[in-house]
Amino acid sequence: MAVFLQQIINGLSLGSIYALIALGYTMVYGIIQLINFAHGDILMVGAYIAFFGVVYLKLNIWLAFIISMIGSAILGVLIERVAYKPLRNAGRLAPLITAIGVSLFLENGGLMVLGTEIRSYPAGLITSAQLPLAIFGIKLTATTLQLLILAITIAMMIILQYIVHYTWAGKAMRAVSYDPDAARLMGINVDNTISVTFALGSAFAAVAGILLGLYYNTIHPLMGIMPGLKAFVAAVIGGIGLIPGAMVGGFALGIFETMVSGYWSSKLRDPIVFLLLILILLVKPSGLLGKNNTEKV
Amino acid sequence: MRFSKKNLLSLAGAILIYFLVYWLQAAGVISAFQEINLMMVGINIILAVSLNLIVGFTGQLALGHAGFMAVGAYVSAILTTNLGQPFPVAILAGACTAAVAGIIIGLPTLRLRGDYLAIATLGFGEIIRGAANNINYIGGAAGMIGIPQLTNWTWLYLMMVLTILVIVNFLNSTHGRACVAIRENEIAAETMGINTTYYKVLAFAMGAFFAGIAGALYAHYFYLIQPATFTFFRSFDILVMVVFGGLGSITGSIIAAAAITIINAALQDLAVLRMVIYAVLLIVIMVFRPQGLMGTREFTLDRWVPKRGEASGSAGN
Amino acid sequence: MERIKKIALFTVALLLAAAIIAGCGQQKSGAEKQGASGGDTINIGVNYELSGDVATYGTNSKDAILLAFEEINQNGGVLGGKKFNPIVLDNGGKREEAMSAAAKLITENKVVALLGPATSGATMAAATMATKYKVPIISPSATNPDVTVDPQTKKVRDYVFRVCFIDPTQAIVGAEFATKDLGAKKAAIIYSNSDEYSKGLYKVFKEEFVKNGGQVVAEESFNSGDQDFRPALTRIKDAGADLIYVPAYYGDVGKIVNQARELGIKVPMLGADGWDSPKLAEYAGGAANLNNTYFTNHYAASDPNPRLQDFIKAFKAKYNREPDAFAALAYDTSYLLADAIKRAGSADPEAIRNALASTKNFDGITSKITIDENHNPVKDVAIIAMVDGKQTLKKKITH
Repeated sequence: MAVFLQQIINGLSLGSIYALIALGYTMVYGIIQLINFAHGDILMVGAYIAFFGVVYLKLNIWLAFIISMIGSAILGVLIERVAYKPLRNAGRLAPLITAIGVSLFLENGGLMVLGTEIRSYPAGLITSAQLPLAIFGIKLTATTLQLLILAITIAMMIILQYIVHYTWAGKAMRAVSYDPDAARLMGINVDNTISVTFALGSAFAAVAGILLGLYYNTIHPLMGIMPGLKAFVAAVIGGIGLIPGAMVGGFALGIFETMVSGYWSSKLRDPIVFLLLILILLVKPSGLLGKNNTEKV
Repeated sequence: MRFSKKNLLSLAGAILIYFLVYWLQAAGVISAFQEINLMMVGINIILAVSLNLIVGFTGQLALGHAGFMAVGAYVSAILTTNLGQPFPVAILAGACTAAVAGIIIGLPTLRLRGDYLAIATLGFGEIIRGAANNINYIGGAAGMIGIPQLTNWTWLYLMMVLTILVIVNFLNSTHGRACVAIRENEIAAETMGINTTYYKVLAFAMGAFFAGIAGALYAHYFYLIQPATFTFFRSFDILVMVVFGGLGSITGSIIAAAAITIINAALQDLAVLRMVIYAVLLIVIMVFRPQGLMGTREFTLDRWVPKRGEASGSAGN
Repeated sequence: MERIKKIALFTVALLLAAAIIAGCGQQKSGAEKQGASGGDTINIGVNYELSGDVATYGTNSKDAILLAFEEINQNGGVLGGKKFNPIVLDNGGKREEAMSAAAKLITENKVVALLGPATSGATMAAATMATKYKVPIISPSATNPDVTVDPQTKKVRDYVFRVCFIDPTQAIVGAEFATKDLGAKKAAIIYSNSDEYSKGLYKVFKEEFVKNGGQVVAEESFNSGDQDFRPALTRIKDAGADLIYVPAYYGDVGKIVNQARELGIKVPMLGADGWDSPKLAEYAGGAANLNNTYFTNHYAASDPNPRLQDFIKAFKAKYNREPDAFAALAYDTSYLLADAIKRAGSADPEAIRNALASTKNFDGITSKITIDENHNPVKDVAIIAMVDGKQTLKKKITH
């Protein structure tokens, strides 16, 4: 039982990070039905912005978080304007290919500009202490970092829910995702709304990137590939296009993954994650929280 | 296939190309570097054309082609290396196993639409790779070593021509038209009495079959195969060739597969910059020509064999 | 709009053409250099993973090779003033590209030897071309035993060499160190069941330790990434082991060491090159926990050997980062090649091959190297002791 609860704690940290990344995927998908394969690489850029801020500009980690979010948001908008916007009416495959192109560009450009070495954030950025926990008398340990990851994620989700439901931009986002043409007729600037979505999603990715860098203690130009893919899987599991779905999917995937490597084999972890994905898709093609809508003719 | 003037000319051209390369190779004009890339061009053409059948003509976005290639590669390699079977048997077995895998994967997942299918097939590709990583009989992560080098120009060319011939003829048949109808509008196709599931699975299995052939050729040219050879990046590479050439254009896939393979090889000395150039080209070309090089057009011999009153299908506009 | 599109397409076409010409141009300039200086340069093929997911290994190795050849050229080159001209190609970590790069280097750039790739799979692919054209190839870091010896025929691959020791060597040396130096009689082994590297070391260590008169009192396995090792460690403690062998990577190792010390296990712990990471102390819950632990490695950065220290300084000065084991091994490989050419008295591939095969006591920065009949190096394995979080060279054992 102690082991099981301990795995849940570890899974929650990983799941938080997945959820943060998945939010960006799902928002972009919700609004322009594009699998933004470059999303995982924006996370990497965010992690590096914070790294350079902390190491060379001697910034406080929280300030680095904010600068990284702003930088990544700008990058996200730039990518959308250059690579996706011209293709908005070109079917679904062409933007998918440019997304792969942007992803390759960021990964290899990163290898070229940032170098191939694995770096890590300076020690002591965030005091990482072992915290003894007791749940129903069972002794467990969590690190302050794990709690911080969870806290930041929950805070970000609350902020996002507020933005989406109570601000003008959020309402515009929902309107565009529901029906872009009708939204345009209602006087909503669809292009700007899409840009706002990319900016928000990318800022979330930046946070996820920094947390990932802190959690695994390494950053690398290719660090975004696997978490990006996993987070996309999480978004699909939860129901792509749905913000609560991304959260549920992220946490579910994080815990599931930790359990598989904890109780079975870490070598089988990835295949089993994909197997789970397919099973969920077969049983409920629109994801755990998705509604099955019939195809429009 | 009717023996029209055009078809005979194509046949003559194909045979001519075969003997030309054969003779160049025998005369030692083709260097080892060129030969390796010639093989990769051929293998990539098979992969791109077969994926185009699924993605371009039937409209099903599949991202697991490398998985089928892996099945073909491993099954054929086991047959020749461990069980001592002849190469043709190994190719056929590899291709059939890949096709069966295609049916097993296609039956449940092909009812998913669009992006769900994409992620499900990507997942299947990764499952196949993960399974190969965990099976000790086929070497696990270290892979299979010492596969005999049986793939040569003759086998490669034969298989490549076979792939193109079968797929082009399939597309010009009732079955092919049904697939295109599904791409254009699945619900309308169903209303017209087309068994959409049957045709989608059929296209999927055929695509997988030829990907299996490509895998078998790959394994028996490069001596060793490892699960790491068949990551989803390879599936992406193949998809890029298909979209780059034009969805729904066989000649487009052929040209794109050849061009991308050759450019990639030519830029090897630029190190990581080559991948950056590749990425930029990909973005720029897609932004300015989202329909790909050829769109849905074909590059045909009509251009050179004009028939009175017949419109010529030209390349591009 | 149509015009803009045409202009854009034209630009792309130009860019493409320029890229291809640039690619060809670069080769030509290499060849011309050779031609112009009247055969005063020796072309060396450097075939590495410079893009893709193992680019870190390839780049570190390539940078060290370029540094080494620069130094050799500055010091007058070989064979009476001939300069090395390393030609670098990227294989992206793909087998077919490793093979095609090797073919291009041999047939078009006329290299006399190939260095790299970093990983075993890519090396085996490149080695087929080296064998076909009878050009020697040396991998600094491919550890799979099959790289130099054909597993089916058990025959040595004539033109393939390596400079790193293969995995079993580490376990053999580890067992020797455990019995002779640490005086261990009852060993426990905890290894990762999901990792070939770990399983391989476990098997060999167990055999050797028993052969040396010891007894293995506990064998525990885990899966890489596991969090809780306390149950297994408790069993090890109860078995009364006086040494724990942990052949795993530093992430798992740190947690195991941490939890073992937490449970009051004070016996020495021993590992292999997977331990080599600046992060180890952090994972182990502090430097103090790592005292009385040891691991086998390719070299020790703290080795006072002045040539090693010079290399570390030069690498840092040139690339502004610390070299790793890949870089150190690649550096040795370059000097070994230069040495073989000097001994052969010619830059003929066949002569170089023969000289490489008869290498005796080559003085490298990682160790003195003698190439054995299987084309594997007989060299020192460094035993590193962790002292207050710092890696210190305990001793070197030749194998």
